[in-house]
Amino acid sequence: MRRLFEAWHGFKAGTWLGWQIESNWTEPFLFAIYSVIKPVAGVLILVFMYLLVAKGGLENPLFPQAFLGTTFYLYVVNVLSGISWTVIDDREHYGMLKYVYMAPMHLYGYLLGRGMAKTAVATISVLITLAFGLAFLKVRLSLVNPGLFTAALILGLAALAFYGILLAGVSLLIARHGWVVGDVVAGGLYLLCGTAFPLSLLPLPFRALGLWLPPTYWFEALRRTLLGQGLHAELSPFSDSTLLLILAGATFLGMALSLWIFRVAERIAVRRGLLDMQTMY
Amino acid sequence: MTNPGWKTFLRTVLGRAYPRFIGVWREKSWLFFDVFLPLLQVSAYVYIYRAIGAPLEFSGFAVLGGAMIAYWMNVLWSMASQLYWEKETGNLQLYLIAPTSRMAILLGMALGGLTATTVRAAGVILVGTLLFRVPLQVADGALFFGVFLLTLISLYGLGMLLSSVFLLWGREAWHLSQLFMEPVYLFSGFYFPVRALGFWVAAVASLIPITLGLDAMRQLLYPQLMEKFRFLSVEVELGILAFLAVLFLFLSREGLRFFEDLARREGRLTLRGQ
Repeated sequence: MRRLFEAWHGFKAGTWLGWQIESNWTEPFLFAIYSVIKPVAGVLILVFMYLLVAKGGLENPLFPQAFLGTTFYLYVVNVLSGISWTVIDDREHYGMLKYVYMAPMHLYGYLLGRGMAKTAVATISVLITLAFGLAFLKVRLSLVNPGLFTAALILGLAALAFYGILLAGVSLLIARHGWVVGDVVAGGLYLLCGTAFPLSLLPLPFRALGLWLPPTYWFEALRRTLLGQGLHAELSPFSDSTLLLILAGATFLGMALSLWIFRVAERIAVRRGLLDMQTMY
Repeated sequence: MTNPGWKTFLRTVLGRAYPRFIGVWREKSWLFFDVFLPLLQVSAYVYIYRAIGAPLEFSGFAVLGGAMIAYWMNVLWSMASQLYWEKETGNLQLYLIAPTSRMAILLGMALGGLTATTVRAAGVILVGTLLFRVPLQVADGALFFGVFLLTLISLYGLGMLLSSVFLLWGREAWHLSQLFMEPVYLFSGFYFPVRALGFWVAAVASLIPITLGLDAMRQLLYPQLMEKFRFLSVEVELGILAFLAVLFLFLSREGLRFFEDLARREGRLTLRGQ
């Protein structure tokens, strides 16, 4: 019970601190511009690629699928790689990870809280991008199955947070590659999960790997619920409830793995004195 | 220290370039990740082009853009933000009390970064070309090299200018560097010909030298396809790049003097973690 209480304390503190770090670095006006420009620019690259080459331009049936995948991928960058980056940032930039560890709260809960703040920031970006798509790119979204959408969204976000903490555990232990872990995983997921193109284009081994990654199922469930159809032929035999079941399994597996790996990593980091390591990244 | 003598100037340039150059070879796995990471993004864009049935040359655009991103990232994170990092780690004051020219320090950073990044960019081009069988044939090698060199000189000149501006900033520096990623990939046409954005948008985007450099290099690599998509002729782009190189180097010298003085008066040179 005490551990739960400490985890809750850590979660609250992490969420509050995370939001302050993410949002108070500048004036609200500049923060608003930053929140709009960055995600919309990412989507506009896709838009111009389609306008230049694709048959039918933005009317091409692949465009809404790629748009939706790229938009929700913002969560992957922010939450999954963001949490692992938190360890480097707190340990080396602000030099406060050791103080967080000394405080009467749970480090796992604290990181989950930091993930919560990153989810909030990503949600702003996702909503802005979706609104931009609806208003200017004529992407037609309709909530086909609100229940499935809500369940898939929550499960997917929870999975990203848990796998992010798993990566944070790894980042606790490595000195020279900490900055690269989150970026490599996020970049790999964009490619292997068929975020913006059908998985069938990938060579067979990569396609098979993509089918083992939870975001593939997450993006597919979101596409089915917001566009009425999925993108990947490989997943078409799966019903909506099967997709949700796979996603739920991946989320619980992520939770169990993150709890276990983070605890082990934390123990090793304390024993080796890595909590205040300075690698001058 | 305004006039340290050319020997000290040269030694400073070499001294500051040395750790950057040697750093590439010291931790060899970094080289792998430096090539592998941009390749992930390049591959994704190549598959997007394939999904919409683009000619193979468009995959070449993505590979070339991915290689040039290595330079932009280096300018952004290892030039523009460098003095901010130095401030955060407590090194900046050592730079400032050293009996040498700040311009020499910035030039050394640029030279070292440029050399190290060229290894990465070459890796991206090599692996990307082999992996996706992208056609890369240069009709006029000397002109291509000239465009490439002028692009890098003006780009690193811009980096030197930005580093003096970043001297004033705290945490904004980090977020503004983030802000200069995707939007610059878009406006400089890293993954598609910049002409698609319209003439005037491309003209404004040309303030970032990579915009013109990429357009010119694409024209030299894929002359037939680029006839439809070219922004300006290669000769005009070469002239503008030469002008930008001189302009940015001059502005960086003046900017460094102005912003250092401002930061000194406002007490921001040693302010950390704000």
